[in-house]
Amino acid sequence: MALDEIKIGGLGASRRRVEDNRFIRGKGNYVDDIVLPGMLHMEILRSPLAHARITSIDVSGAWAIPGVRLVLTGEMMAARNLAWMPTLSYDTQAVLATDKVRFQGQEVACVVADDPYTAKDGCEAIVVEYEPLPPIVNPYQAMAADAPLIRDDKVNQTDNKIFDWEVGDKEGTDRAFAQADVVSEIDMHYPRSHPSPIETCGSVADFDRSTSKLTVYMTSQAPHIIRAAVALVAEIPEHMIRIIAPDLGGGFGNKVPVYPGYVMSILASILTERPVKWIEDKSGNLISTGFGRDVYLKGQIAMRNDGKILGVRMHTDSDHGAFFSDAQPSKFKIGLMHSAFACYDIPAAHLTATGVYTNKAPGGVAYRCSFRVTEAMYFQERMICAAADDLGMDQAEFRRVNLVRDDDFPKRTPFGFLTDSGQYEKCLDIGLEAIGYADFKQEQQAARKRGRLLGIGISTMTEPLGAGNSREYDILGIKMFDSAELRVHMTGKAILRTGAKTQGQGHETTWAQIVAHELGIPADDILVEEGDTDTAPFGMGTYASRSTPVAGAAVAMVSRKIRAKARKIAAHLLEVSEEDIEWELGRFYVRGAQDRGVSIQECAMAAYSNVPDGMEPGLENNAYYDPPNLTWPFACYIAKVEVDPETGVWDVLRVVAVDDCGVRINPMIVEGQIMGGLTEAYAMANMQFLTFDEDGNCIGSNYMDYLLPTAWETPGFELHEVVTPCPHHPIGAKGIGECATVGGPAAFVNAVMDALKHTGVRNIDMPLLPDRVHDALTTGNDISGMPPVKTEA
Amino acid sequence: MTLFEEVPVTTAEEIPVRRVEMRVNGETRAANIEPRLLLAHLIRNGMQLTGTHTGCDTTNCGACTVLFDGQPVKSCTMFAVQADGHEITTVEGLATASELHPIQEGFKDEHGLQCGFCTPGMMLSAKALLDENPNPTEDEVRWALSGNLCRCTGYQNIVKAVLWAAEKMRGDEPASEDAADGGGEA
Repeated sequence: MALDEIKIGGLGASRRRVEDNRFIRGKGNYVDDIVLPGMLHMEILRSPLAHARITSIDVSGAWAIPGVRLVLTGEMMAARNLAWMPTLSYDTQAVLATDKVRFQGQEVACVVADDPYTAKDGCEAIVVEYEPLPPIVNPYQAMAADAPLIRDDKVNQTDNKIFDWEVGDKEGTDRAFAQADVVSEIDMHYPRSHPSPIETCGSVADFDRSTSKLTVYMTSQAPHIIRAAVALVAEIPEHMIRIIAPDLGGGFGNKVPVYPGYVMSILASILTERPVKWIEDKSGNLISTGFGRDVYLKGQIAMRNDGKILGVRMHTDSDHGAFFSDAQPSKFKIGLMHSAFACYDIPAAHLTATGVYTNKAPGGVAYRCSFRVTEAMYFQERMICAAADDLGMDQAEFRRVNLVRDDDFPKRTPFGFLTDSGQYEKCLDIGLEAIGYADFKQEQQAARKRGRLLGIGISTMTEPLGAGNSREYDILGIKMFDSAELRVHMTGKAILRTGAKTQGQGHETTWAQIVAHELGIPADDILVEEGDTDTAPFGMGTYASRSTPVAGAAVAMVSRKIRAKARKIAAHLLEVSEEDIEWELGRFYVRGAQDRGVSIQECAMAAYSNVPDGMEPGLENNAYYDPPNLTWPFACYIAKVEVDPETGVWDVLRVVAVDDCGVRINPMIVEGQIMGGLTEAYAMANMQFLTFDEDGNCIGSNYMDYLLPTAWETPGFELHEVVTPCPHHPIGAKGIGECATVGGPAAFVNAVMDALKHTGVRNIDMPLLPDRVHDALTTGNDISGMPPVKTEA
Repeated sequence: MTLFEEVPVTTAEEIPVRRVEMRVNGETRAANIEPRLLLAHLIRNGMQLTGTHTGCDTTNCGACTVLFDGQPVKSCTMFAVQADGHEITTVEGLATASELHPIQEGFKDEHGLQCGFCTPGMMLSAKALLDENPNPTEDEVRWALSGNLCRCTGYQNIVKAVLWAAEKMRGDEPASEDAADGGGEA
């Protein structure tokens, strides 16, 4: 008898999470929980200015404090050739500033002491003198002819431009625009946002001189990349570096890059020969570590009067801060921005992108999105919304005219990706039905007569998840495949390790479900471990919704290798040839004699006690998975809002989400991912952003200014599902972790714009703060969120 | 009392030391501390109860929430000396050796956590609510938890977890959807 897959915690089981057993008891093991004998504590002194030359640093006051063990400045780092480090985007970044500071919050010095309070005292006792320079806070200021040069450290850098990049068919697009009945144009800014996991970044570095081994506990979503980076930067042999990512208190992309604090803690441990712990404070995290977005769009859609889109033009100007340290595939300068409009059938499209330096924190990360697809899909859905309005066409109908049809797959996207599966119109219909779209126009008009402003916003999108196939996807030349290693013990229990790193996604639960599905070993019998580079196979880590598409596929593939060997053992045990063996979940049996069989556990025991002649004993293997394509989940998000015309405050009345992420490994966890993503979408639309004043001061340097939604403001979510299996993924799954963050913001903004449609306002930049909405309502003007530039008084 | 306690070679004489004594999870604990030591750090580093997390340093995120004489407080914004003579409950005090607290069970059953970092503070705020109001509405739960930030879940399952626990604590058997348990005894 085959096993009941749900009962053994296989595919489709809403299995309760294994990791919860420690978290609900307060027994998680986060980096700040790690205490090593003789451990010292490090604190960082940061620049208060956005752009200034350092004229002097006096550290004598710090050394005078009892308990201070080490003070590091840029000059001391430079003496060891460590003042600068390479970034993930072929640029350099200061570890500690030597010549000048280039953003507020930049690392200037660090103090290592017996306890963190003394280390902070030490930082306070350091005196730094600065000569202020003019700060640059937005890309247009940066590109002005007379703009001060931010990166005067770089030979051959004569302006503030980082790149010009282009993709698509310029001539074809020009032709499409020449033939158009209507051209819709809209400009907007996707503001800088910070992923802001509740746990900040930190590390505990432990260099053992007697063995020359460096062990670093670190808040990293990609510990193997860190190991490679440390090997290259610190010139420590790679096998002598052990990176351990313990439990992570959220990541959302923030914990992918290499930060100066990690490097300094490593050097401090080498110099003091003691373990050194660095735990970043919240302000340090918000003002210096990887942000998301900060991209300006000029968008155009060419269309016919019947609603058919003929072509799309996009130009983006992106603000990368003081160092180009974006974490993204090397071939794509502005990430996967060119995944825009992938769900629509559009004959021609052209994208140009310019990236610039500013005096803001560096490090564009994929903040809960697959390399800038959040910007791509937000721009897409805001452009679609404006185009439908310009045409005077219904929002849903306009999408229906242009969405790719089910029988069109595989379908080349406007910018050259290949989508392979989906039921787009079905998802849209389910969403419209659920929200009561058919009756809404009437409701809206009736409400308006009573002075109430209701709006509905739709966002439909497919996004590329699971970077990626190694032909196109690499970071610094390292191909973006992933891996899994499975060891089945003689009693049929197993340990599975992957190169991914969970940070709340629940890999310890879901990876075991994939093995259970493939081998019939109950999920409870499988231990999952990740994050230790000495034990886990090489992998590129967890971000960009790539774990299930890549590492999850590797888990299935390694299980199949195990099953193939177990089949040979089964044939031996059953004394028949391998061709006569059939498989059902959990057991092999003889074809035509179903009662003659052996369980996978019996095969495991035989692998260690009774293998056929000539076979290697044991039952373990590994698999490296290089995906043939990205996975393309589809989503339709619809928000219904009410705007208060007196205050500009808007409330979310309902949110409907229809997600098609293919086969769901654990529906409970998938729904948790969607609700978390929708909340971040709501946050960005409503309140959450990092902005800067004209002096380059970061507004949003702590949770009193950087607003995150609480349980009180956060709306409830109504979830629906459609399942279109991914044709190339071994278990038919697609990525899901970020869909709602990517597709969600436009639904909220489109809804508010719908409520304001009678005013003629076409765009308010996110977040749609009450004062912005109120200004739009009272003036009838679009509202820009671009940081203001200093003008001479 | 340990057999051997290493003390710093140089002690700045002007730093005063205060002795504090408090009940922590039902046990009387005493410590000599600098007056500026924050309660969160005494709990985490001094008493090695690392389930209390520090997230934001500004009393906003609530990861450091503990119960102070039964009331939820943010222990990162309280000096340890202020806790002298008081009763503290941390997440480690929720379960007994053999049994989880219904709130802990609820968080697991309803998938009320993902990365787990906010969870201890969230559960203690929930406990303070349910101790006062055994039958809260969804709005009352949302309001009671509005001092605790979560970046992973979107709160909906946290709210469900607290309502699940309330039901169980009132003696009803809350509904639990299908599917295999995630192992362990919980």
